[in-house]
Amino acid sequence: MADNLRSRARWVLFASLLAAAVTAAVCPFLGGSGMDYGKLWRQESPDWNIFVTLRMPRTLLALLTGAALSGSGALFQALLRDALATPSSLGVSAAASLGAVTAIAFYPGGETAFPLVWLSALAGAAAVIGLVIALGHLRRFSSFTLLLTGIAVNGICTSLVLLLHSLAGITKSFQITHWLIGGVDAIEYSALALLALVLIPVFIWMLRLSRVLNVISYGETWAAGRGVDFRKVTWQGFAAGALLVGSTTAVTGPIAFVGLLVPHLLRRIVGPDYRLLMPASLFGGGAFLVICDTISRSAFAPLEIPVGVTTALLGGPFFVWLLWSR
Amino acid sequence: MSLLAIENLSFSYPGRGAVLTGITASAAGPEVIAIAGPNGAGKSTLLDLLSGQRRPESGTCRIQGRDAHVMGREELCRLVAHVPQMIPGDVPFTVEEVILTGRIPHGRGLYENDDDHAAMELAIKRTRLNDFRGRRFSKLSGGEKQRVLVAAALCQQAPILLLDEPSAHLDPENEAQLWDLFRALRDCGHLILVVTHHLALAAQNADRVWLLNLGQLAADGPPCDAMRPADLERVFHVPFHWHRSAEGRVFLTYGR
Repeated sequence: MADNLRSRARWVLFASLLAAAVTAAVCPFLGGSGMDYGKLWRQESPDWNIFVTLRMPRTLLALLTGAALSGSGALFQALLRDALATPSSLGVSAAASLGAVTAIAFYPGGETAFPLVWLSALAGAAAVIGLVIALGHLRRFSSFTLLLTGIAVNGICTSLVLLLHSLAGITKSFQITHWLIGGVDAIEYSALALLALVLIPVFIWMLRLSRVLNVISYGETWAAGRGVDFRKVTWQGFAAGALLVGSTTAVTGPIAFVGLLVPHLLRRIVGPDYRLLMPASLFGGGAFLVICDTISRSAFAPLEIPVGVTTALLGGPFFVWLLWSR
Repeated sequence: MSLLAIENLSFSYPGRGAVLTGITASAAGPEVIAIAGPNGAGKSTLLDLLSGQRRPESGTCRIQGRDAHVMGREELCRLVAHVPQMIPGDVPFTVEEVILTGRIPHGRGLYENDDDHAAMELAIKRTRLNDFRGRRFSKLSGGEKQRVLVAAALCQQAPILLLDEPSAHLDPENEAQLWDLFRALRDCGHLILVVTHHLALAAQNADRVWLLNLGQLAADGPPCDAMRPADLERVFHVPFHWHRSAEGRVFLTYGR
């Protein structure tokens, strides 16, 4: 059985890594207004410049963001032992958005003030995670009640975002609208490297935690009786989730349903064991968002639709189906 | 040196009165000890304290001479395996996967090793779960689930097993099989502490009974001594009677 699990894990890792690598290698060449592949091959402008400065960083950003959103979805589902727990349903994404919009509204430079927006989004996500930890541990809220609390947090944050949007003035209001639409835009390689530097260690930590996440699925009493410090793991897991969601939301704006759709879809394929599900969710989530981004810039080319629209149109019906079949 | 030594153990929940007061008891080696008492007497809390899931207000609990609340969590779980009343019924894992959770205290590697699988095979053999090993836990009956949880505790290879009302939802056949298993495990060297409301079965199967009442140890001894009708009636407020069958078997009944 041990060898069987190891070989399955290797296979899942290989397949999901391959999916991510193939989409990352192929999708930058697709969509938009088309590319002159001859010029690209000869590294001639403008196609080569478009490829290097726009398409590649955009694809890599989609890869990292998809992995972060999908991985945090799988992580929250394990920690709360609830299939509907995601960064969005817990209110983490909305709080990160509120943090980012606050930074855009109040500070000069607004949307381009990358570190500031980033830190504000992180602060928003951390505040909600703090609330979840406090309610879960101090008041012993069930995952169902925490998800209901998430609905309230979502409502409050959305209202505050609308309030800031209304009071921000025309220029800021336009920046906020653009950011709120959510999208994977081209990004400086330096910012991309910084994002990768934050996210990849968290991904590795999550992969190493996956056997313990399995035990967390059995509930606090069972996990504690197997030597797992349930509260510590939960606290660390939520902090890691806040870091993933806050960091990516600051750069891309809110992108819904990735954390719900990808882990659930993959759970049906690879099973509930987080030693298989976590790597599949990370690489699969990355591949999924790269594909969604390619669809977004290809479906109505030369017009481009926000990637959040594509993920919502795919994820919304899936969410309904999930509730139906639960 | 006792396998388990509890000295003057007291505990209370914040904002509530004392749940346990000055519990002192010990077990030198392998035996089956039934922990009985009315609801709220502190039976489950005592198991939580012994398994390190709660810290006592005062007193100590020594396992093989060492204070349980000074040990690391994993080290303690290699000595004490706690089986709660039930875990979420919708756990999506197979019987083998549930049993292997007992190996977590023995190493946090990503995958189980050969020792872990050998321990699992032994636990499956002892609990006669071979036909169930590939089945989903969520699809099992209450009795089968309980056996799987006991198997996971066995897989932990701890000398002390703590079981919280393991037969609460079992039919008589499964209940009798579970007590047979406890006696067999005692014979293999385990100390078994079972919280139970089934006094008649405890009287027949346990080597010793700890009778708890209002957070205190009201009696400690072999069933015939610890479960004297007058003491039981004082604790449970219903009359109890010991009987001897024509074959010489002793059994306990209660009720007006």
